[in-house]
Amino acid sequence: MQFDSPTSPHGHARTSVTRVMLRVIYALIPGIAAYIYFFGWGVAINILLACVVALVCEGAVLRARSRPVWPFITDGSAVVTAMLLALALPPLSPWWLTLCGTAFAIVIGKQLYGGLGYNPFNPAMLGYVMLLISFPLEMTSWTAPQMLLEVKLGLIDAASAIFAGRLPEGLPIDAFTMASPLDTLKTQLLLDQTVSNVIATSPIFGNIGGKGWEWISGGFLIGGLWLIYMKVISWHIPAAMLGALFTIAEIFYLIDANTHATPWFHLVSGATMLGAFFIATDPVSAATTNPGRLVYAAGIGILVYVIRAWGGYPDGVAFAVLLMNMTAPTIDYYFRPRVFGHDRK
Amino acid sequence: MSANLYHDGVDILHGQRRLWSFHGGIHPPQHKHESTNLPVIRAKLPERLILPLHQHIGEPAEPIVQVGDKVLKGQMIGRAQEFLSAPVHASTSGTVVDIGDYAVPHPSGLNATCIVIEPDGEDRGLEHPRVGDYLQLAPSALRNLIRDAGIVGLGGAGFPSYIKLNPGKLDGIDTLILNGIECEPYITCDDMLMREYPREIIAGLRVMQHALQARVCVIAIEDNKPEAFRALHDAALHEAGIDVILCPTVYPQGGEKQLIRVITGKEVPANGLAIHIGIVCHNVATALAVHRAVQDGQPLVSRYVTVTGGGVSQPRNLDVAFGTPVRDLIIQCGGDPAAVKRLVMGGPMMGYALHSDAVPVIKTTNCIIAATEADIVPPRPVMPCIRCGACADACPVMLLPQQLYWYAHTNDLDKVQEYNLFDCIECGCCSYVCPSNIPLVQYYRYAKGAIWIKEREHEQADIARQRHEFRLDRLAREKAEREARRRLKKASLAKNQDNTPHTEEAVDND
Repeated sequence: MQFDSPTSPHGHARTSVTRVMLRVIYALIPGIAAYIYFFGWGVAINILLACVVALVCEGAVLRARSRPVWPFITDGSAVVTAMLLALALPPLSPWWLTLCGTAFAIVIGKQLYGGLGYNPFNPAMLGYVMLLISFPLEMTSWTAPQMLLEVKLGLIDAASAIFAGRLPEGLPIDAFTMASPLDTLKTQLLLDQTVSNVIATSPIFGNIGGKGWEWISGGFLIGGLWLIYMKVISWHIPAAMLGALFTIAEIFYLIDANTHATPWFHLVSGATMLGAFFIATDPVSAATTNPGRLVYAAGIGILVYVIRAWGGYPDGVAFAVLLMNMTAPTIDYYFRPRVFGHDRK
Repeated sequence: MSANLYHDGVDILHGQRRLWSFHGGIHPPQHKHESTNLPVIRAKLPERLILPLHQHIGEPAEPIVQVGDKVLKGQMIGRAQEFLSAPVHASTSGTVVDIGDYAVPHPSGLNATCIVIEPDGEDRGLEHPRVGDYLQLAPSALRNLIRDAGIVGLGGAGFPSYIKLNPGKLDGIDTLILNGIECEPYITCDDMLMREYPREIIAGLRVMQHALQARVCVIAIEDNKPEAFRALHDAALHEAGIDVILCPTVYPQGGEKQLIRVITGKEVPANGLAIHIGIVCHNVATALAVHRAVQDGQPLVSRYVTVTGGGVSQPRNLDVAFGTPVRDLIIQCGGDPAAVKRLVMGGPMMGYALHSDAVPVIKTTNCIIAATEADIVPPRPVMPCIRCGACADACPVMLLPQQLYWYAHTNDLDKVQEYNLFDCIECGCCSYVCPSNIPLVQYYRYAKGAIWIKEREHEQADIARQRHEFRLDRLAREKAEREARRRLKKASLAKNQDNTPHTEEAVDND
């Protein structure tokens, strides 16, 4: 009898890229649920629209590149990119904004670099930054949390706002939008207000950070901790990013509490939690050695603060992640673990 | 039942020596209980025993019998060569019917020289001299005896044991570890051996201790073998200086460097040997073989082999005479070779797939897995690496498998060495956990092979260059010699022709 003879190991763990991506998607659910609860159905519509656009773009480019379409369409990575991008968009963004951003992320940010595993930058953040630079007005007209609205938007209302630009009862879009907490804080601080004053006078702030945002961040935190528990991501990147952001925020808060928000405010505001557990941890574009991950993520944490405090944009997660993406190969080269049986250097 | 025993085991653990851990490792499904239900029996002798002369690491043995010779069980038929080698013995009585090339268990699937014996069915043994009290023997004489018994490491590597029983320049070693870890899934031959021969294993350990002048002995067993642990623990109760240790199950804890780390907390230096830090590791089955060689004068002619997998209806352990074809074992365990999808010799993590079921069991054969579809994961499409780092988390050597893959993939042989390719033990953990299903270990084997080929070419180029330089040297030397001779001749001619007149000219010529 003759037998086929592939080499060892002959077994394999029950794991696959699809399984990894599916777990990331499951982990996003608590945060998304809170997001929808506080900001309405627009969030869900954005996510769905982005997913459809991402899959269509991915399939089209794979076909154009003569690559197998099915295994890559079903690996789940395009859906994750689409979801992360959609979560970064204002909840009532016009449909074409989502479409442009997602198409850019998938086609330019991912496929033109070689597709899954080859993109040096986080595709979702590339799409987001492209939109932020090209359409600053649309990208900053953030919807107000539901509890601050006099007229609540239902699913149909949200859909008609996104796809047709029509709002109920002829209300102007301004009735539903207001600057985000980070944006409000930044603008008011430029007007020589103190932090405590800003937070006390604007209805958009809650106990620690923005109203609703505390809960959304909590949702992403829970999902992220589950990812660590399931060993989909390691603790290094979230811990280092949050730790660095907290530390630098604490230092400046101690120096001058009037002009610097509390470290806790930074942890629950903007894309901090989403970034720490879901964006900075994107394995393809992040550093990959454990010591390297600490350096890489600490860099993100510090840059987030620098951009928030002194940069031109209210939030800095996307820029921070892209900047550190560039350094990942070098970080990996210089921060390698000690090999068993070798001396500690 | 086993849970209860395990509980007993835990009670015994009270006061156990401290254990360390190593980085990474995996917990694949065990599949061990399948082959421990039936008692161990002797495998039937086949029609023909095929005994390869190369069943160990080192030089193959040299045949010392001829076709037509009658041999007895335990008679040496292949002599160990000078340096690193081990002899081969007839595993039953019979007639040598052929000495030639046959399929042997080797990943290459190539043939190698074997001595074929037709058993006479009497299984008559050679009378061996007994040692009596081995403590009266000098360690070197003991080592010669163990070498002549053909004993090699039975854990799977097959390194000649007498070399690993030599403390070298040391007066004696610090710790002798007996490896009863058996961390690969499916394999249970050491488990059964420990359950059945705990006292003999300890007796063998004492012989090894004497040869190595070891201060401390440790027997390490994974906690998925509570029966074996209990047996050895009870047998060692009144023995001084022997620690029987239960270790939490994790693959690849049975790797020598990993086990040394777990037991002693020390790391064997890269490019170094365990003995350099005063530690030696032997397998439990090797200890038993040593005991039998010393106590009864029996050379190594058989071993326990686990025959398991979905392809056999009665998975079990068999006591197999070396040279028995794998096919016979599968049939004896109720298997149909035609229904087997893949035939693995060794465990699923590091064993190799056999090309044919005609190959014989040799000294290093611990397990035969007659794998069906259920035992092996069907090949899935290989996806691009997503740099998730699961491989690095699983690597027991703390390598960066993903970077090694990247450089092996692009054939950057300098970079793979910079990333310590040669520290890789090919345990397969990285491949096992890779979500992209990349056959990582295969890339490392390829890169190692490519580097060896390159080095050999380099050496050959060096030899060729040297030869060329020698030749140029020789030619120049010959030319110079010819020239000198010619001049000498010319000079003498000139002298003879006109001896008296032109003396000044002759001086000028000089």
